Amino acid sequence: MSSDAWEAVIGIEIHAQLLTRTKMFCGCALSFGDPPNTHTCPVCLAHPGALPVVNREAIRLAIVAGHALGCEIAERSVFARKNYFYPDLPKAYQISQYDQPICGPGCFRFLTEDGEKTLGITRAHLEEDAAKLLHLGGEGRRANAEGSVVDFNRGGTPLLEIVTEPELHNGPDAASFLKQLRQTLVHLGITDGNMEQGSMRADANISVRPVGATGLGTKTELKNMNSFTYLERGIAAEVDRQIAILEAGGTITQQTLHYEPSTGHITSLRSKEEAHDYRYFPEPDLEPVVPDRAWVEELRAALPELPIDRRERWIREYGLTFEDAEVLSEPVQLGDYFEQVAALAPPKSTANWVRGELRALLRDRGQEPWESRVSPAALAEIITLVESREISMPSAKAVLGHVVEHGGLPREVVAALGLGAIQDEPALVAIVEQLLADNPVQAQQMREGKDKLIGFFVGQAMKATQGRADPARISELVRERAGAG
Amino acid sequence: MALTDLTAEQSITAIAAGRTSSEDLVRAHLERVEHDDWNNFLAVNREAALARAREIDAMPQRPPLAGVPIAIKDALSTRDLTTTAGSRILEGFRPIYTATCVARLEAAGAVVIGKTNMDEFAMGSSCENSAYGPSLNPWDTTRVPGGSSGGSASAVAARQAPWSLGSDTGGSIRQPAALCGIVGVKPTYGAVSRYGLIAFASSLDQVGPFARTVRDAALLLQSMVGRDPMDTTSLDWPDPIVLPTAGRLDGVRVGVIEELMGEGIEPGVRAACRAALRRVESLGGTVVPIELPHASYGLATYYLIAPAECSANLARFDGIRYGRRAEATDDLLEHYERTRGEGFGPEVKRRIMLGTFALSSGYYDAYYGQAQRVRTLIVRDFAAAFAEVDVLASPTSPTVAFRLGERTADPLSMYLSDVCTIPVSLAGLPSLSIPCGLSDGLPVGLQLAGPAFSENRLFDVAHALEAAIGFDPSPPGVTA
Repeated sequence: MSSDAWEAVIGIEIHAQLLTRTKMFCGCALSFGDPPNTHTCPVCLAHPGALPVVNREAIRLAIVAGHALGCEIAERSVFARKNYFYPDLPKAYQISQYDQPICGPGCFRFLTEDGEKTLGITRAHLEEDAAKLLHLGGEGRRANAEGSVVDFNRGGTPLLEIVTEPELHNGPDAASFLKQLRQTLVHLGITDGNMEQGSMRADANISVRPVGATGLGTKTELKNMNSFTYLERGIAAEVDRQIAILEAGGTITQQTLHYEPSTGHITSLRSKEEAHDYRYFPEPDLEPVVPDRAWVEELRAALPELPIDRRERWIREYGLTFEDAEVLSEPVQLGDYFEQVAALAPPKSTANWVRGELRALLRDRGQEPWESRVSPAALAEIITLVESREISMPSAKAVLGHVVEHGGLPREVVAALGLGAIQDEPALVAIVEQLLADNPVQAQQMREGKDKLIGFFVGQAMKATQGRADPARISELVRERAGAG
Repeated sequence: MALTDLTAEQSITAIAAGRTSSEDLVRAHLERVEHDDWNNFLAVNREAALARAREIDAMPQRPPLAGVPIAIKDALSTRDLTTTAGSRILEGFRPIYTATCVARLEAAGAVVIGKTNMDEFAMGSSCENSAYGPSLNPWDTTRVPGGSSGGSASAVAARQAPWSLGSDTGGSIRQPAALCGIVGVKPTYGAVSRYGLIAFASSLDQVGPFARTVRDAALLLQSMVGRDPMDTTSLDWPDPIVLPTAGRLDGVRVGVIEELMGEGIEPGVRAACRAALRRVESLGGTVVPIELPHASYGLATYYLIAPAECSANLARFDGIRYGRRAEATDDLLEHYERTRGEGFGPEVKRRIMLGTFALSSGYYDAYYGQAQRVRTLIVRDFAAAFAEVDVLASPTSPTVAFRLGERTADPLSMYLSDVCTIPVSLAGLPSLSIPCGLSDGLPVGLQLAGPAFSENRLFDVAHALEAAIGFDPSPPGVTA
């Protein structure tokens, strides 16, 4: 059998740190990069006698996320203790949700170049993050470390774990899904989605089966993919590995794997036999979560337009391409900026300007459009001036450059810099005729059919007018005056 | 009368009348604490207590508890005051915060004089599981004071404190109260915040008072009940606790738990309880037999639920952040094994193993799950009983205080000490023990239980009976 004969079956588990002010079960502030162990208390250090108290804001964010994922919001969900010993887990149990999660089955829609796809969501539940273990010496690995220390600042950070159905079949779709899930969660203020800092992490459950089969093969779990690219590559590597084993007549061992992006190697972390028995049981220190139904409905009603709906609207109503929509939707502020400009100027041109000239100019300054001196109204004005042929494209770029640098109203900049398009027809005619006279060889070749040379004359004309001429009009004049056709 | 013979109420009156001061009272009790013939104290708070007493004495407006001294079970976290829960693994541990209930009592004017001995992590019925040696019973120092709050009960009987705090999971306040001849109260689950109570079995643990009179116990509880934002299982308390005054029991229906008046109960204990029930009738109440069909499964149920919860609750004692740590090793697993192996005593290890097993994959349903279902049946039994009667009565302990070492070799016989108190605990209901007489010169306790939030009714009945029985809570040779 060749690899076309196999189908990969993939499910994703996502852990997203919630954007609450305080930790999941105590009043300590969430932080990143602060000195170690400066955000701790008896509760998150698991001192004797301390008890957890559920963070209501985390419940709210989980419900909002549930709505965005099309999940049922449970009438009653229950926290449970997941027991295992490790120095980063001070109670030696993680408070999580087990058989009664806050968000039940749902469905997430995402866009691919082939159109909209859906992925079933199995569940989403709340839990607390572990602390951070740091190994000193030995290249930061536990095995060779001279010593290990624990920073409890992160311990107890609220996490939402989202589990999908095994309904994906390739790495690119998995990456698209994760990208858009992240975008949705960030858009709703549920997480900052920073994958490099680990505030969002993804694991992939992967199996393969012969095309046409309906059962599931033995799965492996690829841990902690911290970028979309690694997720895509890791899945490809693992699918290839599984197919190779099966084609050689072997069997897949259920295990947890690590994908090393720098080498592309997959290594085993532990096999099923070494898997923990977490001895889950309901957390007796916490009452079940029974959110008020009116509140749950209120949160559903208050849900803003989701990124996928926004992108579909752009494509449908603004005539944007899939790629335009994808680029402009991330980050959320860019999409907001685009919409503000598009409300005042033709959307398709707006998309080109925002994606192209504006970002290119700002990139050098390390600025983003929404934090730059170019207000949406200013950019819209520039685009409108171009559309109405009041300024040429080169002038428009110059105006934009000026506004980026100094701010100001585009019309005033145009006037101050004298960048208004030359509307004086006899003057333009004179320039064109002069150019044809000065460049007789090129003029002759053009007449003989070398159309490319029209561009040469337009270029020369723009140069002569410092870009203030309308290139389309110049082009017409060149043809007319040269008799080139 | 010595200052240490005063009840808390009498002390407050004496202070108010200017006959004594908080400092004198604290000093007198510290004196007895420091000449401790019963090994009741694991930590003494001498200087801080005296300073606090002087501070209260200097206040123009005294707080309600007026600077009366109190002893605190070592299971409760007290800031800067060593807290070990009777375990080697917390030897010398000084907490960074104070339990809510203790903080509330301190705010109300109680002065903490020390921390009392207990079975390690509240697991035991004799105080013999303490890593620091057992407390002794003031009625007979060859006998146990009961447990797990043995030190708190013995200290009050021995006049080292007028009152104290204990914690009760399956009987750990009521049983030692019975064995030491004093009053002990386990409130409704959720009445008193558990924040700062070192957890044994979270769904059962409850803090409560020991005192030599029912009114003192009510007064102490009054200052502790109510919701605590730090404990989400704590409850808004509906009506304030009032000090009982009733002398009669007209119209009160008392149900006698028949299952707990027969086999397995010492004849002397049964006789004292029967005599107390006759007093109910002479005070105008009625006594009827009541059956709790599932009560006999209480012990088995309890010994699945409590160990299961404790197996997780005690997992945090890993020697990494605080407490005793075994000699350094390069291997993490070995670190855990050594630290916990050396730090925990045999009964604690037994229960951790029991609980770990009961929660294990493949066994959960048959053990922990089944125990929770039986617990529900027991809750229903009590609900049905309280449709017919106001209060349930039974012996608190099947026996009087037993001899040191008598049951240590046989854990099951030790577990049976709590056979009368466990069903009420599983149902989360309030109950208390009052002394109702002597058997062979040793105190017998009568347990009274009521529906949730019926503390005031329980105090009324207990107070009326206390007056009618006229028990003298003075162990021979102890009073000055």
